[in-house]
Amino acid sequence: MRIALFVTCLADTLFPDAGRATVRLLERLGHQVEFPAAQTCCGQMHVNTGYLHDALPLVRHYAEVFKDCEAIVVPSGSCTGSIRHQHAMVARRYGDEALARRAEAVAARTYELSELLVDVLGVEDVGAYYPHRVTYHPTCHSLRLLRVGDRPLRLLRNVAGIDLVELPDADTCCGFGGTFAVKNADTSTAMLADKMRSVLDTQAEVCTAGDSSCLMHIGGGLTRLRAGTRTVHLAQILASAPEGAR
Amino acid sequence: MTPRDEMLGRIRTALAGDPPGSGAPGSGAPGSGASPPAGTPAPAYRTRGDLDSPALLDLLAGRLIDYRSQVRRTAPAQLLDTVRAALAERGARRVVLPPGLDLPGLGQPRPGQASTLDGVELITDGGLSAQELDQADGVITRAAVAIAETGTIVLDAGPGQGRRALSLIPDYHLCLIDAAQVVALVPEAMARLHPDRPLTWISGPSATSDIELDRVEGVHGPRTLEVILISP
Amino acid sequence: MSRDTRAVTFLGLPTAPRGVGHLRGAEPFPVAARRALADTQLRRNLGKATRTIRAKRAAVVGELPDWEELRDAGQAIKSETMAHLDRYLEQLEASVTARGGVVHWARDATEANRIVVDLVRATGAAEAVKVKSIVTDEIGLNDALAAAGITAHETDLAELIVQLGHDRPSHILVPAIHRNRAEIRDIFLREMADVDPGLTDSPAALTEAARMYLRRRFLSAKVGISGANFAIAETGTLCVVESEGNGRMCLTLPDTLITVMGIEKILPGWEDLGVFMQLLPRSSTGERMNPYTSMWTGVTPGDGPQQFHLVLLDNGRTAALADQTGRQALHCIRCSACLNVCPVYERVGGHAYGSVYPGPIGAVLSPLLTGVEDNASLPYASSLCGACYDACPVKIDIPSLLVHLRARHVDEVADTRRVPSPEAVTMAAAAWVMASPARYEAGQRVGRLGRLLGRGGRIRRLPPPLSAWTAARDAPEPPAQTFRQWWRAEHGDTR
Repeated sequence: MRIALFVTCLADTLFPDAGRATVRLLERLGHQVEFPAAQTCCGQMHVNTGYLHDALPLVRHYAEVFKDCEAIVVPSGSCTGSIRHQHAMVARRYGDEALARRAEAVAARTYELSELLVDVLGVEDVGAYYPHRVTYHPTCHSLRLLRVGDRPLRLLRNVAGIDLVELPDADTCCGFGGTFAVKNADTSTAMLADKMRSVLDTQAEVCTAGDSSCLMHIGGGLTRLRAGTRTVHLAQILASAPEGAR
Repeated sequence: MTPRDEMLGRIRTALAGDPPGSGAPGSGAPGSGASPPAGTPAPAYRTRGDLDSPALLDLLAGRLIDYRSQVRRTAPAQLLDTVRAALAERGARRVVLPPGLDLPGLGQPRPGQASTLDGVELITDGGLSAQELDQADGVITRAAVAIAETGTIVLDAGPGQGRRALSLIPDYHLCLIDAAQVVALVPEAMARLHPDRPLTWISGPSATSDIELDRVEGVHGPRTLEVILISP
Repeated sequence: MSRDTRAVTFLGLPTAPRGVGHLRGAEPFPVAARRALADTQLRRNLGKATRTIRAKRAAVVGELPDWEELRDAGQAIKSETMAHLDRYLEQLEASVTARGGVVHWARDATEANRIVVDLVRATGAAEAVKVKSIVTDEIGLNDALAAAGITAHETDLAELIVQLGHDRPSHILVPAIHRNRAEIRDIFLREMADVDPGLTDSPAALTEAARMYLRRRFLSAKVGISGANFAIAETGTLCVVESEGNGRMCLTLPDTLITVMGIEKILPGWEDLGVFMQLLPRSSTGERMNPYTSMWTGVTPGDGPQQFHLVLLDNGRTAALADQTGRQALHCIRCSACLNVCPVYERVGGHAYGSVYPGPIGAVLSPLLTGVEDNASLPYASSLCGACYDACPVKIDIPSLLVHLRARHVDEVADTRRVPSPEAVTMAAAAWVMASPARYEAGQRVGRLGRLLGRGGRIRRLPPPLSAWTAARDAPEPPAQTFRQWWRAEHGDTR
């Protein structure tokens, strides 16, 4: 299957490993990955901060760049959520029904990574090997906007060598929330403190999630504390393979 | 313009931009009566339970106990004995009865009259003051309907139930429920109740969780609720 | 296409007036939140309480096989109600009047307070007993009564704790959730004249003290004041849902009953109430059914109050109704489930919201009632995690409403400022960059200058406003190679 990657501006710029791992994983599973070079940003930050008018050209741009793609994969629950639940709304708010329809059509072919693997490609065992103690943070938008359910956990449980430990209060927000982390930095930090406490309670060496933004937040807190637990994107774990397996 | 006209005008202004035909699909015109207009689809939620009578009574008893009510089961012929036993255990000396409370074997006292049962003074309400009600040890009432799934009894001020203050001020409420009065679900109870009557829904003794969400039974309403379930 | 969405959102309808009632805080949310976050006792009280009630709610909601169908029904009934609110209110007025009640219409808090004060004065009473009612907190009724020389006794245990503590409610259901047992004992010892000086801090002992304190007041009360959970247009029935029996006391024993109700609390028909009697208790206290619910229709001769007044309150509700997106906030049945699942509320508590409506629903309802600019920080008091939407028994899409109100705020600021705010400039610039691949890539090159700030892959200090991030967290150092540079190196240029 030909799969277009929407890497997201955040992963492109700050977390390219998550994008590279997504490509490696899908190619290992026998699929062809393309990267439409004109892609930029889904506009989630603009929408969620209230700048819907500024997001409008980004909505139009996404619909244009990916209009001919059969399946689009996004290594981010929140960006997928924005594309699926906000793009058409933004277009309609400014009276562009034609764009809203195009945005809905593209959104229907846009999948978060675990959705693509489990629902579209029908894989739960991706042949990964990752001999580490790992805990999984489900991220709010994957959990409640996309309803990915236990798909990421099903994928992780099939990883060879992994020591997967349950995260207490997993479904509680880490406190990122985009510009929330800056506008309400104190509250965000309090939420992060509790999330880090949960992560550290698991004694995991790795905290994973399907969203670089939440990981940037949790990871930023953990390294500040020299906590000894690192954050790794779900794609990177699923892309890991035993030596020589490639 | 009166405040009334202005508020209604504001609402019409606020709604003026709505697309025609908006509102809930299938909703009837206002004032169409208690039953839904013809053509309204049946609700997707449950409107009828599927338990037989013994299972229904068991469920009700379990739910009542779960919320700290006391429950006795009895047959119609043993009702008076069961009441007697309950009052004796409670140690009640003065108990209020609503007009029309028909206890087989006790006769039917007129409002304002008193009688005795095993030395317990039974006073039939004829307009007792709040202070007088406060002096009573308890009250015995019937009910209009009971809801098994929620452990709820509903009083509608009908015969044997009396005005609302009776089941409120005395600290002990003994409620008699016939098996035929028990329904499974809230919607079934709604269908049996009439909104013209003052209704009191009671699910266990009064309670509060206002301090650290610790549940404490017994605040202002009766601190003890005892239910006698009557079935042949 | 127009940037101005106000044509469909405002319609010139008046919002709740300033200077009366409690819908506006004295300071922005982030400032109030900072102080609350530093209160470790508050954090502990809230954490324990919300955790307890979340578990209870989850258990009783899980018992119902048709919970989602009930939520759908609740949402549909409320949508229908709002779409024909004028007709349902007229119908309610007619039904209540036919049964011996008197209906009053109050355009705002000031008018409602004046109506209630006049009604109490007409009875000659100098005291009234009150059932817990958020709407009377919203309009500041107790202050208005006090100014008229009338003492209002709060009778709900938590409201009593708040009143005796000269405090403000901090939760819709449990207004004293921010107090623990030791604090409550201290308040009772200080404020209750006849209390046993040996009073312990067990919840049972504190509850007993409140029972003794209020009993005499109940038995001698001449006027009761309540809010309403529901009112049925078809039948004229009012409904109050409670636990302690204080509601029954206030609704039954006084000769005069005055009920203040927001116009959105109405339901069309009798059977609709059956849906909400299942949704509300399970969402609110986490019980299958609350201990007591009172339903009454007008006046019943010989039973309960013989004078019944119903005050229908607007106070910004019609302005909220005019916002077609925001309107669904009026569906709220005040269960407080959204507060209990909100990670922001759990950490800062209710006072930080400044309004009697705290938590996620308050963050949308308060700005809708007052106008966004009077509560401009509230729509941002959320990480948009969505837990509130999942918990809401009438499926109010609170996260989408928050975003909608943020957009209203941004548009209003843009319309009123001659010079755009620094944030607006940043956002517009970012959008301009992101809308073009070439500008975007150029932007990435500039951003990579951030590598100069980094040490060991981490940046420990960023300039404002991003310094708020690095106050508590490291920021990632931009990598040597972006994803697209890597792709180009590996795959060559595509498209």
